[in-house]
Amino acid sequence: MAASTQGNLVEMNWDPITRIVGSLGIYTKVDFSKRRVAECYSTSSIFRGYSIFMQGKDPRDAHFITSRICGICGDNHATCSCYCQNMAYGVQPPHLGEWIVNLGEAAEFMFDHCIFQENLVAVDFCEKMVRATNPGVWEKAAKTEARHAADHGYRTVGDIMKAVNPLEGEFYREALQTSRYTREMFCLMEGRHVHPSTLYPGGVGTVPSVQLFTDYLSRLMRYVEFVKRAVPMHDDLFDFFYEAMPGYEQVGNRRILLGCWGAFQDPNACNFNYRDMTNWGRHMYVTPGVVVDGKLVTNDLVKINLGIRILLGSSYYEDWQGKEMFVREDPLGNKVDPRHPWNQHTIPKPQKRQLGDKYTWVMSPRWNDGKDDLPLDTGGGPLARLWATALAKLVDIGYVKSTGDSMVFNFPKSATKGPVTMEWKIPKWSNTIERDRARSYFQAYAAAAGLYFVEQGLKEVREGRTKTWNEFKVPRDAIGCGFTEAVRGVLSHHMVIRDGKIANYHPYPPTPWNASPRDSHGVPGPYEDAVQNTPIFEENGPGPAFRGIDIMRTVRSFDPCLPCGVHMHLGHGRVLKQIHSPSMIHTV
Amino acid sequence: MPDKETVVHVLWINAGLSCDGDSVALTAAMQPSIEDIVLGTLPGLPKVDVHWPLIAPDTGPVGSNDDFIEWFFKGARGEINPFVLVIEGSIPNEKIKKEGYWCGFGNDPATGQPITTSEWIDRLAPKALLVLAVGTCATYGGIHAMSNNPTGAMGVLDYLGWDWKSRAGIPIVCVPGCPNQPDNLSETIAYLLYQAAGQAPMIPLDQEHRPKWLFEQTVHEGCDRAGYYEQGDFGREYGSQKCLVKIGCWGPVVNCNVPKRGWMGGIGGCPNVGGICIGCTMPGFPDKFMPFMDEPPGAKFSSNLIRGYGALIRSLRSLTQNTLNKEPKWRRPGQQLRTGYRPRWYAGQ
Repeated sequence: MAASTQGNLVEMNWDPITRIVGSLGIYTKVDFSKRRVAECYSTSSIFRGYSIFMQGKDPRDAHFITSRICGICGDNHATCSCYCQNMAYGVQPPHLGEWIVNLGEAAEFMFDHCIFQENLVAVDFCEKMVRATNPGVWEKAAKTEARHAADHGYRTVGDIMKAVNPLEGEFYREALQTSRYTREMFCLMEGRHVHPSTLYPGGVGTVPSVQLFTDYLSRLMRYVEFVKRAVPMHDDLFDFFYEAMPGYEQVGNRRILLGCWGAFQDPNACNFNYRDMTNWGRHMYVTPGVVVDGKLVTNDLVKINLGIRILLGSSYYEDWQGKEMFVREDPLGNKVDPRHPWNQHTIPKPQKRQLGDKYTWVMSPRWNDGKDDLPLDTGGGPLARLWATALAKLVDIGYVKSTGDSMVFNFPKSATKGPVTMEWKIPKWSNTIERDRARSYFQAYAAAAGLYFVEQGLKEVREGRTKTWNEFKVPRDAIGCGFTEAVRGVLSHHMVIRDGKIANYHPYPPTPWNASPRDSHGVPGPYEDAVQNTPIFEENGPGPAFRGIDIMRTVRSFDPCLPCGVHMHLGHGRVLKQIHSPSMIHTV
Repeated sequence: MPDKETVVHVLWINAGLSCDGDSVALTAAMQPSIEDIVLGTLPGLPKVDVHWPLIAPDTGPVGSNDDFIEWFFKGARGEINPFVLVIEGSIPNEKIKKEGYWCGFGNDPATGQPITTSEWIDRLAPKALLVLAVGTCATYGGIHAMSNNPTGAMGVLDYLGWDWKSRAGIPIVCVPGCPNQPDNLSETIAYLLYQAAGQAPMIPLDQEHRPKWLFEQTVHEGCDRAGYYEQGDFGREYGSQKCLVKIGCWGPVVNCNVPKRGWMGGIGGCPNVGGICIGCTMPGFPDKFMPFMDEPPGAKFSSNLIRGYGALIRSLRSLTQNTLNKEPKWRRPGQQLRTGYRPRWYAGQ
C-alpha cells in the first residue's frame, strides 16, 4: 500500500460534496510520510446562469428570482435583493417592515446554523466517526469529564459524542426538531421557507398583529433554552479536540483574511441611500468589516463595495476585458473598477475539467485593499461576523454587546434555566475548530438579537404604527447594491437598470468566495488554501479504512451550504510521484 | 411489486440545476418526518435505504459499502432492486455545446470527467421502479428554464417524455413547488413506498403528473382571504389583510394547497399571510407569471365583475353583522326577568 512508501503523494478526491448552490468536489494529494495535505483543488460542476437570464427582466422580479439561487438561505438572497432594489428605487420601508425582516433573518440564522452544526457538521465529531478514525481519541473522550456538564447534562465528552450520532443520538434528533420550530418562526415573518412569499422592495406583506410577535417570541424562548445548553456543550467538545490532539489548531488553519458584509439593518439609520451607506452600514446590528491578520482594515461599506474584484483564471468563462462598462463612477464620484460586479459580463464557456488549468464553474471573487487582491474567506459566516463586530465595538443593544475583543450575549431566564451571560472571545486562529465554535456562538447572537427585534417590532405595533410597506416607482435608469450576510457569509447583489429593465445583475454569495479556485494571479481560494495547510491526525493509514476526516472537517467548517454529502474517493491508494519539496504548499 | 420484506432503495440525485431547496424542505417535514420514514415509524412502511446526499452520514472510500456514489453505479448495473429514482433540479441540455458539462454528479472512472445528470437519468431511469421529480425545476423546468437561459434547461417530463412510464408501468410522479411544501413531499414519498410494498394502489395523478389529492384545488379555494374577494374588497398595497389579486396574486388559477395546509405545522404560506401567489407549482412558471408584482391580466376582468355584487353583499352583511354584535335585550340586572320564562315564584304572577 502507498502508505508504506516514504515521501509519496496519494491522490484523494471527494466528489460530489453536494451543496446547496450546486455541487462541490475537493481534489487533493496527501503526503502520508509527512501526514500532511500537499495540494488541493476545489471544483464545482454546476452552472445555472442567473446573471444571463435575469437580463431584460422586470427589476421587481429580482428578489423572487435570486431567492432561487440557494435552497437553504434563499431568503438571504431575497433580502439582499430587496436592499439592492430599495437603493435603486429610492424607497425606505417603514420601520416595522425592517424589524420583521430582521426577525425573519434572525430565525434563518437560528435554523440554519442549528441543522448544519448538529445534523451535518457534528456527525464528523460523533462517537461513530471518532471511533472509526481515531480510536485512541475516542477512549480518551469517554473518560474526559465535560467541564460544563451542569449546563448541558452530558457527564463526559464521550457522552456528547454519542448524543450527536446520526438519528440514534438524542441531541441529533432534538436539533432536527429545533430546526423545524425555528423555521416556523421564519415562516411567521417571511411566509415560507426557503423562498419567502412576503418580502418586497419597500417592505413586507406580513400582517403585523400582536399574535405574530407572540407566536415568534414563544418559540424564541424555547430556542434560548436550547442555546444555553448547545453553546457550552460545543465548547466542551471543541476544547477537547485541542487537548486530545496537540497541534489540532493547525487543521484548516489559514491566514486571518476575513470578510463580513454586515447584517440586520437599523431602520433609524438606514435610508438605503448609497451616499449615506458608510453611516448606516456602521449601524447594522452585525457590523461589516474586513479583518486581515487580526486587524480591522475597514468597516466602511463603500470601501468594501469598491474593493470587490471578480477574477477568472481557472473558471469556465471568457473574460470580459474591453467589454462595455455599466458603471464608471459610484454615486459618490469614486471610480468603479472594470472587474467590479457592476461591470461584470458573464460569458460561459463549457469545457473539459483540467486541474491546474480550467477546472470549475466558480469564479474567484477577491477584495482589493488598495494593493493586493486578497482571497478573503467568511470563516463559514459566524467567525467573520463575530470577529468584525467584536473589533468594531459598535453594537450595544443590551442583549448583544461588542467589547472590542469579544462579543457578550445576555439572556433572560427561560423555562428551566436562569439568566445566562455568554462571551465569545477573539481566537488565535482562523481554523477548522474556531469556524465551528463560532457557529454555536452565532446561534446565541441571532437569538439575543431576536429578543431585541421583537421588542422593537412590538413597540411599533403597540403604538399603532402598523404600516409595513411603502410605495415606490421603478426609475428608467438606476443602479443599486445590497449587502448582508447569508448564513455562511458575505452576500452582495449588484444591479444596473436601463429603460426600466435589468441590464446587469450580479449576486455574490459566500460560497464563491470560499470555494473559489486559483485566480488569475495563481492564488488559491480559501478551501484550497485551508486544506493545503492541513496536517492529518487520523489514526488510520492510507488504506481503505482512511476517511480523511481532518480534511472533511476543514471543508465543512466553511459551511459549504447544507450539503453534508462529503463523499470520499481514495484514488485507489494510487502512488502519484515523489514529493521533491514541501514548498508545494501554497501560502498567501 | 415487492413484498413488505423487500428493502426499497432511494437514489436521490440533487445535481440537476437546483438550489437543493427541496431536499432542505424535506428536513422540515413533520407529517411524516424523515425520521418517521427512515426509521419506519409508520405502520406498514417497507424498509428503506435512502441514498440522499443531504443526510447520508457515512462516508467511505471507493469500493466500500458506504461509498455514496457507488450506489448509483450499482443501480445503473442493475445490482439493486427495487429502487426509486428521485431527481431534484432542472435538466440542462448537454447537447447544445461542443464540450464540457452544465452539471455533473460524480466522475466517470474511465475519463475522470463528471458524469452529467442527464447521463445518470439515461442509465438509471430504465431500471427504476419509478421516477419521482421533486420541485418545479425537476418537474417542469422552473426558474432555470426561463426565457433567455443559456443551458436549455427543462424538466424530467420534457427530458424523458410526458408519456414515459417506468418498467413497473408507473408514470413520472411530480411534486412541484419552489420549493415543494415539505409535507406534500414527505407524504408523497410515503405513499409511493406503500405502493412499492404493494399496500397502496397506483398513485392518483392529475394531467400534469401531480398527486391529485394535493393539487386538485386552487390556491384561492383554500385561501382564507377568498372571503374578501367574494365581497369585492381588494388590498391595494402590500401589508393589507385583504385579497391580493389586484397586486399580483395568481391564486384563483393556480393548483396548490399551501394556503390550506400552511407552510409547516399550519404556519405561513402565501396569500393567506400576505405573499402574492407567483404560480410556482405550475408548468408555466415562472415566465407566464412575470412580472410577478403586476395584477394578473385575467384578474382585472374578474375582480371588476365582482365589485358591484361584492359591494352589495358587503353592505348587507355589515347590517346583519351590526345586529349580531349586539346582545339580546334581556341580559341586564334589575328586579325583572325579561327572558320570556314565567316561573310560579315570579313576583308578577
